[in-house]
Amino acid sequence: MSLDASQFVFLVTALVIVVSALFVVTARNLVHAALWLIATFAGMAVIFVLLNAGFLALVQVVVYIGAISILIIFAIMLTRRVMQDTGPQTNANWYWGAVVAVGVLVAALTMLQLPNALTLGASSLVPGFSSAPLPQPAEFADAAAFNTATLANLGLALSSPDHYLLPLLLVGALLAVAMVGSINIARDDKERE
Amino acid sequence: MVDNNWIFIGVFLLIAGLFPAAPIIMGSMIFGPKKGNAVKSSTYECGVETVGDTWVQFKMQYYIFTLVFVVFDVGMVFLFPFAIAYQQVSLFAALAVMGFLFIIVGGLAYVWQKGALRWV
Amino acid sequence: MDFFLNPLGFIREWLLSLLTSIGITGPAGDFALIVLGTVVVGGLGLTLPLALIYIERRLIGRFQDRIGPNRVGPEGIFQTVADAIKLLIKEDITPLGADKFIYNLAPIMAVVSVLTMWAILPFSYNVFGTDLNVGALYFVSVGSLGTLAIMLGGWASNNKYALLGAFRTVAQMVCYEVPMILAILVPVLLASSMSMNAISAAQDQVWFLFSAPVAAFIFFLTSVAETGRAPFDLLEAESEIVAGFNIEYSGMKFGMFFVGEFLHAFTVGALTATLFMGGWTGPFADQYPLLGMLYFSLKAFIAYFVVIWMRATFPRIRIDHMLELNWKFLVPLALGSIVVTMLVDKLYAEFLQALFVEGARAYVRGGLLLLGNLALAAGAMVIATRAARYMRLKEESDKYMPVVEAEHGHDDHGHDDHGHEPHGVVAAAH
Repeated sequence: MSLDASQFVFLVTALVIVVSALFVVTARNLVHAALWLIATFAGMAVIFVLLNAGFLALVQVVVYIGAISILIIFAIMLTRRVMQDTGPQTNANWYWGAVVAVGVLVAALTMLQLPNALTLGASSLVPGFSSAPLPQPAEFADAAAFNTATLANLGLALSSPDHYLLPLLLVGALLAVAMVGSINIARDDKERE
Repeated sequence: MVDNNWIFIGVFLLIAGLFPAAPIIMGSMIFGPKKGNAVKSSTYECGVETVGDTWVQFKMQYYIFTLVFVVFDVGMVFLFPFAIAYQQVSLFAALAVMGFLFIIVGGLAYVWQKGALRWV
Repeated sequence: MDFFLNPLGFIREWLLSLLTSIGITGPAGDFALIVLGTVVVGGLGLTLPLALIYIERRLIGRFQDRIGPNRVGPEGIFQTVADAIKLLIKEDITPLGADKFIYNLAPIMAVVSVLTMWAILPFSYNVFGTDLNVGALYFVSVGSLGTLAIMLGGWASNNKYALLGAFRTVAQMVCYEVPMILAILVPVLLASSMSMNAISAAQDQVWFLFSAPVAAFIFFLTSVAETGRAPFDLLEAESEIVAGFNIEYSGMKFGMFFVGEFLHAFTVGALTATLFMGGWTGPFADQYPLLGMLYFSLKAFIAYFVVIWMRATFPRIRIDHMLELNWKFLVPLALGSIVVTMLVDKLYAEFLQALFVEGARAYVRGGLLLLGNLALAAGAMVIATRAARYMRLKEESDKYMPVVEAEHGHDDHGHDDHGHEPHGVVAAAH
């Protein structure tokens, strides 16, 4: 089995993701754990690029590295009085967590093996989407043209009532509710007038 | 098959890391003097000995602003593919996506009205 | 192939033949060219600050009615080189209790986040690093790495001022990213592409500066805020928190933060030129790429000049004012500008486009969008001035007549229905 360049990059990235994810759960300094989490996110972005999903890679960087990780760092600084807290990260029940994690992995792998169960093929479980044939990479001159076409398709699918308009509006409602709820929880009682 | 443009970006990220690293390493390893002592490397706080821990607890307000930012960030990301396809979508779809914006703005209006956007 | 028609392609072919002659062919040759291209673009980006810092110091000198650096070399042009050498031979001090790895990583990340933006800037229609199909989101995402770099630098320094500066930075950069993303959406809407080259080409007839002036204003303001320069320099605020996040940095590490900041300021000019001022477009630019490069640099320098002008003119803004300006003015205005653009553009395409001849369409569309934007700007100004007057009156009445209340608790609802103030105050507030 010979390795081409993209497979090599994938292997290195996968290694980085696994190792940094391990450090996230074992690092004794909480801020260091957050930084390892950022490394994991960056590795995910590289995986998206390898899958010809450049837009998702950028979303991963903007939302997860640019926003979520900063939120996490803030949360650490707000909840712990001292940032050099070096207590152990695991508790007595860690092996239950490991069992659940392995179970989820096995379940996900099994589902990927099921023919057409969750794929967007002809027998799609997602209603409406089967009517629009997905563009195939072979139809385009190169990967860049394919990426551009799929991005426009995504925009059309998001705004078309037959496809994902209702989920989009629901996402909007979810975000608004999340904002309202989190503000109510996060604010101090004495700040309220 | 990976997009050639992304290969360029990947190589650029690596090279761009080397560019600033080179003068830093040159400065600290080759050209700069290396005569450190404890007083030199003590924390600089206007000539006064530093008092207490550096990592003190911060204001809630920072967290709240970041929360609102995250919500907006996630919402805006959906609009980019839509903007690319904008010339092809119907007037109805355009109005519906405005509805999406309107819902998020409703959340912002609530936060505003609660006074959480004020720096206290 | 003619050098003047396709300079990059010409050099590329020449280099490929050179590589073939020494035995490197196929994918290896392509990869070698990519590496070479990144080195050229990166090197250009990193040596540019030497000139930029000199230009900016001379200009700021002029603005402040003094001469500026004029001793090292003719007219002082070697001043920055001398400064760089000085920084290079400084001792590298790591403060006590600092997180070493992160402390050293932060300045590198700060430069990388700005330098990588240069990968997607189209200098001319066939002269660019790469033409990424999601370029408009790309520079936002690498920009957010810059926020992270400052956060890490401030945290790793083990210094209260540094951490305070880092926190202010994040509050500022993170908040100003929202209207910036919203403002970028408008050129993407109008050009129906996120590729920077396509956005430039779409402004062949009408610049987006004219068809989306509100978005251009918001983008410019917010990206200046992202650079953290005056009047948005709260993150370093020399007079308040000494130097902010970079207080503990010395020698070349400080130099890298400095280089990153100046390069970022010019990059803001280049991005504004690309997104809103037509980039490389101009008379005959689509025939002679070198002319396009000239147009692009001119526009970028004009935008950069405005950045310097702002820095020299405005005093530092207060943090509560800055955040309120963002959430209560820029974000609603940016959302309004998106809605106006979407509505005008769609209504024009549905009902009016067919009425005009092919050549006039772009101008009619631009004109209608300009009218919509002007109406939006006028409305925003009316609301903002009324709200500001209301708040001013309230503050003054709180200060001088503390007995008069009944308005506590619900601010920002601008009405004219409170006649408690003495006449002198009302007259002064107008």
